[in-house]
Amino acid sequence: MGNKKSLWSRVWPPAVALGALLACWQAAVSFSLVEEWVIPSPAGVVREAFSANVWPRLTEHTGATVGLAMIGFAGGSAAGFGLAALLHLLPGVRRGVYPLLILSQNVPIVILAPIMTMLFGYGLLPKALLVMLVCFFPVCIAMLGGLSGTDEGLRHYMRMIGSGKWTLFWRLELPSAVQSLFSGLKIAASYSVLSATFAEMLAPKTGLGGYMVLSTRGFMPERAFASAILIIMISLALFGLIALAERLVIRWRPEKGETKRHAGG
Amino acid sequence: MLEVNGLNVGFRDGRGVKEVLRDVSLRVEDGEFVSIIGPSGSGKTTLFSVIGGLLSPSSGEVRIGGRETTGETGHVAYMPQQASLLPWLTVAGNIEQSLVIAGAEKGSARKDALAWLARIGLAEYAGAYPHVLSGGMQQRVSFLRALLSPQPLMLLDEPFGALDALTRAEMQKWLLSIWEENRRSVLLVTHSIEEALYLSDRIIVLSASPAEIRDEIIVPFERPRREELWEDARFNALKGRIYRHLQTSGRKEQPHG
Repeated sequence: MGNKKSLWSRVWPPAVALGALLACWQAAVSFSLVEEWVIPSPAGVVREAFSANVWPRLTEHTGATVGLAMIGFAGGSAAGFGLAALLHLLPGVRRGVYPLLILSQNVPIVILAPIMTMLFGYGLLPKALLVMLVCFFPVCIAMLGGLSGTDEGLRHYMRMIGSGKWTLFWRLELPSAVQSLFSGLKIAASYSVLSATFAEMLAPKTGLGGYMVLSTRGFMPERAFASAILIIMISLALFGLIALAERLVIRWRPEKGETKRHAGG
Repeated sequence: MLEVNGLNVGFRDGRGVKEVLRDVSLRVEDGEFVSIIGPSGSGKTTLFSVIGGLLSPSSGEVRIGGRETTGETGHVAYMPQQASLLPWLTVAGNIEQSLVIAGAEKGSARKDALAWLARIGLAEYAGAYPHVLSGGMQQRVSFLRALLSPQPLMLLDEPFGALDALTRAEMQKWLLSIWEENRRSVLLVTHSIEEALYLSDRIIVLSASPAEIRDEIIVPFERPRREELWEDARFNALKGRIYRHLQTSGRKEQPHG
């Protein structure tokens, strides 16, 4: 009960703030402080989004964007996870590759998009590859950090009782790295929507990114705003999904604010 | 049970080889409780790493159960100073996993873990995660984990060093009561002279670096041990004897030794 109440008390202030912001925006347009054809009103955006000839196209493009982001996220994360595990188990290779991985963090990967398009055309492949690349690095780096950050005392104990390299990996290092892995996955989840939208903008045929570009070119600000809102919602939903998965997987963590329950002895 | 013969261990550092163990030989018989005591930095941890097989000595051999096991892991049950329970496994799960790694069958490991947790009064914590346990309770679980391992030799590495004095005394009493019912071969490393005298059959005194065996004391008190051992005149005499050894070897201790 107390928990519910505290959740409510955390939710209502930002909700009120958001409502106030929307009201101001609506008022600014309604009272013609800004022209409707420059910045559409919230109500106008909603009306346009649900209109008969826009809604079906919005859902279709949303589906495409979600699909692209998910493919890229899944593929990139899996590759990042795999390479991290491999490098961890092969310390010699790791020494060569790890510095490059860190350096590559500074490469804005979206600059590869035109090259991908040049090499692979305008289909799904170059876009998916771009999103995968973007998702790959945060997962790989976070995972490697988690694997090598394993508690030394625990490692010593596990080795003393006879754990080999493989047992150490599965029973100790991998579970230790789960928390870092989820940090990486959360970053990758946000990046995946961002980079998917960006890739769609370059070849504006499918996806919300593409629809947005076409809408701005046709000067239909309501549709561009509606696409933007949907993109934000997808991004939040994907992040929320990962956060939820984290909560389900990591059940051993003490609850925030929970004091150690010493029962004597 | 355990035979350590002529162990020499050195580490290379900037100026050459730093000798840590010099010609250390010792034995632990079946069902015997032996303690190793020495000033800090006297290489006790190194000695355990060698016996556990994590570290290969420059020369000498380790034999467990009559077979040479130098440089081989998996022949000892181990209780470290920090309880080292895996935070993502339940209390019972922690015991079970260690027993399985040590070579026990999964089903029987589970059964043993639950039965013994009930026996030491921690049944209600079997399904809890370790962070809800107090330090003393965690060490009980850690001891149980070592006790139930199929390996006949137990290495206890300053197991109560991180506990407060009162909990420590309680834990010594508790450990002794369980051990006296289930005699296993035990090698204990400790800083505490009283702890060594209270628990062991035999005490091996090490000097500071490089560690050599200074003295070996057969503890004369009958078992089961009384708590009021310190009232015995022999207790204080032995305490003095060990203390003098530690003092004289402490004198040549280096600043960070």
